[in-house]
Amino acid sequence: MEILLQQIVNGLVVGSVYALVALGYTMVYGILGLINFAHGEVLMIGALTALQTIGVIQRVSPDMAPLAQLAFALGVAVPVCMALGFLMERLAYRRLRNAPRLAPLITAIGVSFLLQTLAMIIWGRNYHTFPQLISTEPLEPVAGVFVTPVQLAIVGVSVALMVGLLLLVNRTRLGRAMRATAENHRVASLMGVDVNGIIAATFVIGAGLAAVAGVMFGANYGIAHYAMGSLPGLKAFTAAVLGGIGNLGGAMVGGIVLGLVESLGAGYIEHLSFGFLNSSYQDIFAFLILGLVLIFRPTGLLGERVSDRA
Amino acid sequence: MITLLEARGIGKRFGGLTALEDVSLTIRQGEVYGLIGPNGAGKTTFFNVLTGSYVPEAGEFVFEGAELPLGKPHRVVGAGIARTFQNIRLFRELSALENVMCGHHIRTRAGLWGILSQNRHTREEERLTTERAFELLRYVGIEAVADRVARNLSYGDQRRLEIARALATEPRLLALDEPAAGMNATETGQLRGLIEQIRQDGITVLLIEHDVKLVMGLCDRVAVLDFGRKIAEDVPAAVQKDPAVIAAYLGGGPRHGQ
Amino acid sequence: MNKLPLFPASLPGKAQWVLLIVLALAAPVLAGYFGRTWVRVLDFALLYMLLALGLNLVVGFAGLLDLGYIAFYAVGAYTWAFLGSPHFEVHWPFWAILPLGAGFAALAGIILGFPVLRLRGDYLAIVTLGFGEIVRIFMNNLNYPVNITNGPQGINGLDPLVLFGWDLSRALGLGGLQVHSLYLYYYFFLLCVAGAVVFIHRVQVSRIGRAWAAMREDELAAKAIGIDTRAMKLLAFALGATFGGVAGGLFGSFQGFVSPESFSLMESIAVLTMVVFGGMGNIAGAIVGALVLTFLPELLRHIAVPVQQSLFGQVLLDPEVLRMLLLSLAMILMMLAKPEGLVPARARYSRTAHLEGRA
Repeated sequence: MEILLQQIVNGLVVGSVYALVALGYTMVYGILGLINFAHGEVLMIGALTALQTIGVIQRVSPDMAPLAQLAFALGVAVPVCMALGFLMERLAYRRLRNAPRLAPLITAIGVSFLLQTLAMIIWGRNYHTFPQLISTEPLEPVAGVFVTPVQLAIVGVSVALMVGLLLLVNRTRLGRAMRATAENHRVASLMGVDVNGIIAATFVIGAGLAAVAGVMFGANYGIAHYAMGSLPGLKAFTAAVLGGIGNLGGAMVGGIVLGLVESLGAGYIEHLSFGFLNSSYQDIFAFLILGLVLIFRPTGLLGERVSDRA
Repeated sequence: MITLLEARGIGKRFGGLTALEDVSLTIRQGEVYGLIGPNGAGKTTFFNVLTGSYVPEAGEFVFEGAELPLGKPHRVVGAGIARTFQNIRLFRELSALENVMCGHHIRTRAGLWGILSQNRHTREEERLTTERAFELLRYVGIEAVADRVARNLSYGDQRRLEIARALATEPRLLALDEPAAGMNATETGQLRGLIEQIRQDGITVLLIEHDVKLVMGLCDRVAVLDFGRKIAEDVPAAVQKDPAVIAAYLGGGPRHGQ
Repeated sequence: MNKLPLFPASLPGKAQWVLLIVLALAAPVLAGYFGRTWVRVLDFALLYMLLALGLNLVVGFAGLLDLGYIAFYAVGAYTWAFLGSPHFEVHWPFWAILPLGAGFAALAGIILGFPVLRLRGDYLAIVTLGFGEIVRIFMNNLNYPVNITNGPQGINGLDPLVLFGWDLSRALGLGGLQVHSLYLYYYFFLLCVAGAVVFIHRVQVSRIGRAWAAMREDELAAKAIGIDTRAMKLLAFALGATFGGVAGGLFGSFQGFVSPESFSLMESIAVLTMVVFGGMGNIAGAIVGALVLTFLPELLRHIAVPVQQSLFGQVLLDPEVLRMLLLSLAMILMMLAKPEGLVPARARYSRTAHLEGRA
């Protein structure tokens, strides 16, 4: 029973990270109908930038409180990623907005590839250790389940950000403009919405969330490297589809569900497959879920919301 | 007169919106049958249901005495019903000739093996398809642009090309969705001539149109849809005078649901 | 005869073809002049041509963005590893293994194709990517509890290509000249590529090729004129996969070992880049793309290392990174600047010679 609960806890933690990244995917898809293939790479850049910043801090003022270091690192990583998101949209995607179907996706793949290469050049191919700024010592077990401060921080920050995003989208002018643009570009612009600006804002916000997710990912697993973004990116996209693409609540729910399924699956897979498969196969779950969702319930758990670009 | 197509009680809903309700009509072989009604009446939806793009919630079609498969466009074409689209859907990067040749796909059989070995049957079929396509281009009057890429054709030529492509499927019922849209009087006259010729060559025509003159002059019979229901089915002269039809177009009078 | 793209238009069609054949036959000799490694590069370029031709069929002709294409390459290569190496102590002849590899790959293509038939473009891409990854994960992990694929270490000692007694891995003695195995493989691969081109061209100018083009241009309209798009998609997947499978088998026999590393997502994307860069949807584009994007990284590798050494005293960008950089930039720049690719020839789906004298 403890194992089950433990796996659930792990699943929630990983799931919150997926949820944050899924939000970026779902917002961009909702507004442009484009899968921003390079979004996973933003997570990676966020993690590595934070790592770099912390490295600098620890050389310049090694006595700074760990939480302050983390805050500083986020303070650098988030704007960097936001700028990256802005550039991606402006330089690569905007020109292809009316291009034939496959062109934007192919370009996105190219961008993703390029970002990985640049990261490889800047940070090398090695796995870097992510510094433990928040303790990874387990707290007192509750009902036999161990939780670490890092995990609590991850879930807490994710929830805070998700709530913040929902408030932004549903209660502010910007949010209203975003929802309007997601419904129908042309009509929104006729109503005075700066569609290009809103699209840019969408990318920027998504990138910011991914940056935080990257830092949390690094903190959770203790490592960061140039290829760390691609698999989580794919999984987060799966989560977005699972919840209903274009649907913010869906992205959050999808992320959590995917995290849970992965965690529980990894825990029980040996039992389920009579010892044939083991936990190194756990990445398969996301792809299987993607396939199943798209075959049996393509609109996702909470229903999709894609723009009507008539 | 032989009945070619019978629609029985066709019903189609989209969520809470009822697009078609209990639509029944009869099209006789050899006639030009018009389907008219105000915008949003469900005419194109009827087309889409007939040709298998949508599956109806209720009703069926009987074509040439056999029940038509629902929701399977390529089988409807196989049965002998071809359509054109309201907003022209050509294969834009293919030449006019190739567009029409695509229409012949369903009437040919060459398989992978034949294509790889280029056996006699395959080569014959290919030659036949090419020649037939050219003949059809000539039939609709655009053989001069056979090699031109479809997106570079004039609007009128594109419309005619779409008809040629539909004819390549060797249909017995040709369903045209607003073929005269965007045409001036001259072009409409030419279109009318073409449709007459098609009818003379033994193909029954089902026509959605807004151009009153064209409908009145060309169609043998006309059905009127309003809010998804059929409110009249008769010869054009009678339909023109039908008060329900007049009310539907002009507003006022009893309305569905009130 | 049809004129070839990229050749000077002033040359008559027949002369262009003769020139092409002469170049193709002389290529390894020219390359060998600069060193044997370049012949090896040519051999790989031919393998990539096969892959690009196969992927072009799926992406360029049928319009299905398959991001997991490399999985079929893997199936073909591992089939050779299973049936022609010391791993299971099975040594079947090439004329048994290659068709089987192709068959398994085609089967994999159909298995992949079935569930993804009605997905729209971008979802199709992601799901096929997932498929590619799943295949790689299995290749990487099927060494426990039963060792099938030998896991991350891969399988070594694959049998070379033996054509009815003629072992291509041994140099051929031709009246005093020793023709190295790399040249022998080149000519055999060239034959395969030529066969592939004929194969694909015939399919292109046929009712199947037209059906794919129709489907790619406007799926709704294609269905409306009676094309069974499901069947056509499955056919595209299966046929494209077959090419991958054959290329994979040839790769296995050529390189002598296979490991999951050679079949990563990056490789799928590399092949896609070749197709896109060269010109999606036409045969010449796939060939040019494969040629350029196999050679350019190698050229850079040979220039960049010494240049960096002399300029910076150390190698900042190693060749692998350079290759990735080149490929990603090629993809992005081509999509932004000239989406039709280097060779924008419009693929023809009809023979109008039939109509000579009609118009």
